[in-house]
Amino acid sequence: MASRLMALWDWFDSRMPSVAEEFRKHMAEYYAPKNFNFWYFFGAFSILLLGIQIVSGIFLTMHYKPDANLAFGSVEYIMRDVPGGWLIRYIHSTGASAFFAVVYLHMFRGLLYGSYKQPRELVWIFGVLLYLTLMAEAFLGYLLPWGQMSYWGAQVIVNLFAVIPFIGPDLALWIRGDYVVGDATLNRFFALHVIAVPLVLLGLVAAHILALHDVGSNNPDGIEIKKKKGPDGHPLDGIPFHPYYTVKDIAGAVLFMMVLCAVLFFVPEMGGYFLEYNNFVPADPLKTPAHIAPLWYFTPFYSILRAVPPLFNSQFPGVALFGLSTMILFLLPWLDRSPVKSIRYRGVLFKSAVAIFVITFLVLGYLGTEPVTVWGQFGSWLGYADVATVVARIFTLLYFAFFFLMPWYTAIDKCKPEPDRVTM
Amino acid sequence: MSKKKIDNTRRNLIVATTAVAGAAGAGVAIPFAWSWWPSERAKAAGGPVEADISNLAPGELAVVEWRGKPVWIMRRTKEMLEAVRKADDKVTDPKSDVPLQPEYAKNENRSIKPEFLVLVGICTHLGCSPQSKPAEAKGEMGSDWAGGFLCACHGSKFDLAGRVYKGAPAPVNLEVPPHTYLSDGTILIGEDKKGA
Repeated sequence: MASRLMALWDWFDSRMPSVAEEFRKHMAEYYAPKNFNFWYFFGAFSILLLGIQIVSGIFLTMHYKPDANLAFGSVEYIMRDVPGGWLIRYIHSTGASAFFAVVYLHMFRGLLYGSYKQPRELVWIFGVLLYLTLMAEAFLGYLLPWGQMSYWGAQVIVNLFAVIPFIGPDLALWIRGDYVVGDATLNRFFALHVIAVPLVLLGLVAAHILALHDVGSNNPDGIEIKKKKGPDGHPLDGIPFHPYYTVKDIAGAVLFMMVLCAVLFFVPEMGGYFLEYNNFVPADPLKTPAHIAPLWYFTPFYSILRAVPPLFNSQFPGVALFGLSTMILFLLPWLDRSPVKSIRYRGVLFKSAVAIFVITFLVLGYLGTEPVTVWGQFGSWLGYADVATVVARIFTLLYFAFFFLMPWYTAIDKCKPEPDRVTM
Repeated sequence: MSKKKIDNTRRNLIVATTAVAGAAGAGVAIPFAWSWWPSERAKAAGGPVEADISNLAPGELAVVEWRGKPVWIMRRTKEMLEAVRKADDKVTDPKSDVPLQPEYAKNENRSIKPEFLVLVGICTHLGCSPQSKPAEAKGEMGSDWAGGFLCACHGSKFDLAGRVYKGAPAPVNLEVPPHTYLSDGTILIGEDKKGA
């Protein structure tokens, strides 16, 4: 029997690109640094969540109706009448938030250990493209339940395009397919969300991983393990990805799934942060909810958008800065002039800058979830300006300062010498 | 292979045919992109609508739907019109210089008849629908509030002529849609006066 199976395997192997060879190249003989720590879980978790989102999404499309008159009802039908429908829907909505949480931690890891620096610029660029595509995917998907937040959130985001000089209004009309967000918009967002954007995501994931496996993984020490090879030609500080890191990632995934399930079963709406309460009200084009906020993963950028006052009778500057706040990530490999990669060997300037950046991101993120009046107004000496708006403006400046001052503070920072071999 | 001399004539032919095929391929995208424009049905649904204003009480606000957007018709009282005058120095564009209204509504009250204000109820910032905040809402809006509209999304404030207050995120005044009086009690929204 065993030899029969082997013969079958050989039959396939001689008629296909060798699976065994690809497995060796990317798993069993992909040498990863031996000093990976906690931060290195999140890439694997992202892949896991992509799989979860695809499977739960496929099953949601079997019950969902992309029609402005039926969409809201069909989501309630999934929640109430479809056997286990509530579970599939909560998996998908919790999965979306978890996906962003994991991706943010994964990106922060890159920032800590300088994983975007030469020779991994392209890995980083594919990563940023993945992040932007994921944002598009989340935004498109959020319209589908056709609740008040879906509707008005889409209205706000599509109108971002309308402020682009000259072509804006026509561009927004073209995206909506109607004079307002309507059935045509819902239908095309559905198509983009369930097939077009996921295909792009899968392609980018492949590019991200292939580029990574070509240059090799960075590590918490930020030194190149390929520089020190043993007599067998493998890096002295490298261990095969399989079985060492597959085992580590599976163990991590088990713990991660426990956390995910705890959220899923006990707090799937996360107090309005994962599913906003206003989205349980059907979309009404004639009535804007009293307070519109995007889901938590967009709020830092949304704060920046709100913070910028209009110039020359146009809100284009605000939208431009909003766009720049994400696009600037592409430039990170060239903004960082430090001779070392890892934060372990960087000086006090970079460490302080990262600390301020983390606080900035969190404060902007919090303010984006609240109305601008959350902290009241200043007195007449500041023209009764909203406190939250002024704070958001200060932190918007800090956000951009982190990137635009980076060539300066990374160049003059006092770095420590890097070790020859990785430390554990 | 690399030592062989490249026949540039053949190479150029390949490059040229590939470029032409690429251009044709890009052309194939046109019908797909074209399909995203509003359908004939959506365009037909965007026609003008009639509104009956004969029963509107002084100070009352009526909302009608035009092209899926809320259009407000407000019957302003004398006090409300005075409040508009008093707001002149607090708004960004008191004279309505930015063309967000038809020529016949470019006046101090931004309306054809001073009493009736017709506005598209969509914030010029990012398209939320502001709420009416009467002068009685001083507790929430501040002690000098004389009535107007508040966009709850990003905090833009507008006066009773739809003019934006200084310091708001909205850059320009609310839009006055094309409209005309069919009779004293009926407004047609979405169309200018014939021959005007």
